[in-house]
Amino acid sequence: LTAYRPGLRAGVGFALATFVLGASFGVVAKPLMGSVAPIVMSAFVFAGAAQFGATVVLAAGGDAATAIAAGTMLNARFLPMGIAAASALRGRALRRALEGQAIVDASWALAVRGERGFDRELLLGATLPQYPAWVLGTAVGVLAGDALANPARLGLDAIFPAFFLTLLAPELTQRRALAAALLGGAIALALTPVLPPGLPVLLASAAALIGLRA
Amino acid sequence: VTSVWVTIGGLVATTVTIKAVGPLALGGRDLPPWAGRVIVLLAPPLLTALVLTDTFARGRHLTVDARAAGLACAAGAVLLRAPPLVTVLVAAGGAAAARAIS
Repeated sequence: LTAYRPGLRAGVGFALATFVLGASFGVVAKPLMGSVAPIVMSAFVFAGAAQFGATVVLAAGGDAATAIAAGTMLNARFLPMGIAAASALRGRALRRALEGQAIVDASWALAVRGERGFDRELLLGATLPQYPAWVLGTAVGVLAGDALANPARLGLDAIFPAFFLTLLAPELTQRRALAAALLGGAIALALTPVLPPGLPVLLASAAALIGLRA
Repeated sequence: VTSVWVTIGGLVATTVTIKAVGPLALGGRDLPPWAGRVIVLLAPPLLTALVLTDTFARGRHLTVDARAAGLACAAGAVLLRAPPLVTVLVAAGGAAAARAIS
């Protein structure tokens, strides 16, 4: 169990931010979905950006197919993330598929930096506290509603980009990683105005193909 | 109300599938060297794309708002070698301050 401790420790730190984001999802979703559906959604979808994205589509009068498509595109980045994690996930197919469900942005970003390749224990340990925080936060948001402060006013929407920056910075000392990062950032910004949200991040991963040159 | 539950069911199905594809197809096996070189390079562009879209995208629009102030503060903290927790708090403080005065 000690192998999971560093991940758990990091995950507890993120759980607070995850809780607040979950609460803001509950606040946003309740007028549209009622009290039960947002909590069920957080418990079984467990993907913040996709849940927000799909809810925005429904709130704007879009149908279920459009909402599912929007949420799915926001989740598309989990495909390359899963490929990067795959080498560390061993055991039977069902077990690999289940452990793959632990992939969320913050945990993946921590785990991918392992010196011996992708760190499975870091991924699982960091996600474990974030899951109850997300579901519980949603429930609190649904119940407390407008009594909660607007998370944006506290600057909480700047937390995740800042966190990703702290993970990105040490990578940039290597020339090839820097080149991939610049290319990926350019792809994401260039495609944001022309593609639905989510796809620019997915396609930015294509910058890793510069690794094909030996 | 039905469309809400259809959306939830559909999103559960697609999310579980997307997360399972990589581990199912490639899990537990050793990959050829060229694949290893590509996979090692997945993190920098994905992280960069997340940083930039989380900061500058609002739907399909690119905007500069308080989140950019937060990111600038975070970049300063990173350059000063602040620990990650401090960096994140500095970013939240910067964004909140920018919102308070704008």
